[in-house]
Amino acid sequence: MAALQSSTLDAMKKNQNQLLVEWISGLEAGGATRNIKEQDLKQQTSQFLQLIISGLENGNGKNVATSSWDDIRQFLEKLSHSRAQLGQDSQQTASFIFALKGPLFALLQNQYQDSPALLAEQLWEVSELLDALGLHTIRTFQKSREAVIKRQQEELLELSTPVVKLWDGVLALPMIGTLDSQRTQVVMESLLQRIVDTGSEIAIIDITGVPTVDTLVAQHLLKTVTAIRLMGADCIISGVRPQIAQTIVHLGLDLQGVVTKANLADALKLALTRLGMTISKAN
Amino acid sequence: MERIPILQMGPFLLVTIQVDMHDQLALTLQDDLSERISKTSARGVLIDISALDMVDSFIGRMIGTISGLSKIMDAQTVLVGMQPAVAITLVELGLTLPGVSTALNVERGMKLLQDRVIEQ
Repeated sequence: MAALQSSTLDAMKKNQNQLLVEWISGLEAGGATRNIKEQDLKQQTSQFLQLIISGLENGNGKNVATSSWDDIRQFLEKLSHSRAQLGQDSQQTASFIFALKGPLFALLQNQYQDSPALLAEQLWEVSELLDALGLHTIRTFQKSREAVIKRQQEELLELSTPVVKLWDGVLALPMIGTLDSQRTQVVMESLLQRIVDTGSEIAIIDITGVPTVDTLVAQHLLKTVTAIRLMGADCIISGVRPQIAQTIVHLGLDLQGVVTKANLADALKLALTRLGMTISKAN
Repeated sequence: MERIPILQMGPFLLVTIQVDMHDQLALTLQDDLSERISKTSARGVLIDISALDMVDSFIGRMIGTISGLSKIMDAQTVLVGMQPAVAITLVELGLTLPGVSTALNVERGMKLLQDRVIEQ
């Protein structure tokens, strides 16, 4: 396959400034520069152009996976990472590179006015190179976005499972949000560990914040209750709203052997009674 | 041969599992315990598994069986000190040990046994 002509490279070098100006105006017209400082954009574009030229100079061919393109790949990884953090979408990030095509093609057209065959060949080369770089950007962009999502998920998981001590020997776990297997696992582990640590005899699971209870959620609840019983503590489920009670009955779920209460206050009262305590009004 | 000791405390028998349970050990314990219950006519058995941090389905079933057989021999059985990881494993294995009494630690287990025996 034909390689990039050195004359193309020379033309790129010579017209760097013009390329930059056209590129940036193209970017601005495409709306890909939102939230990005002008100064940063200038610096990023000129750095990218320099890197691509030096990559072509050292490089053998347009295979961007080779070591001669290391610098530019690192630059792109950093760039897409920062774009992901700025909350830009993949299209805006990719158009950073694809917007260079316009000015570059115009330049080549000027350069090879007389030989259409050569022009077509060179256009193809440049286009392939930019596409490869663009795809690399997208890939790393996606990866950074996934990392952000994963981190948020983990944080949510941590935040949503607080075990609170209501009384000596009484723990409560206010559940908020839907129960899936992963959350049940985390909830179960933290609750059981707290039971061991505090030696609490009674654990109250409050499901006021659980929007719906289906067979799967009920199964997870039952698992937690059974594990608590095996440890030697008792479990009360509180906060069963009327709609949820209806759903449970309609689904024919068997919650036998599980003590359920309508609200947390009732559950706490029962827990205190079991511990042999009474609450009375002060005189 | 390796054995799990069975201690007598008044009308109760105390079994503490301090080593990794393997299959043969569990079977030996089952034989020994039934033997001791009949010999001492114990009223209660307390099984402490607080040092057990790993179970498989066989050991899980053996724990259930041992509790069940003591109950049949008219000795109240209490399983105490199960670790969270063990509890989760048993639940995931579907071994919910129905009918087995549990307590958080030996002290509470003892109290539970005494209450039950007095009740009778």
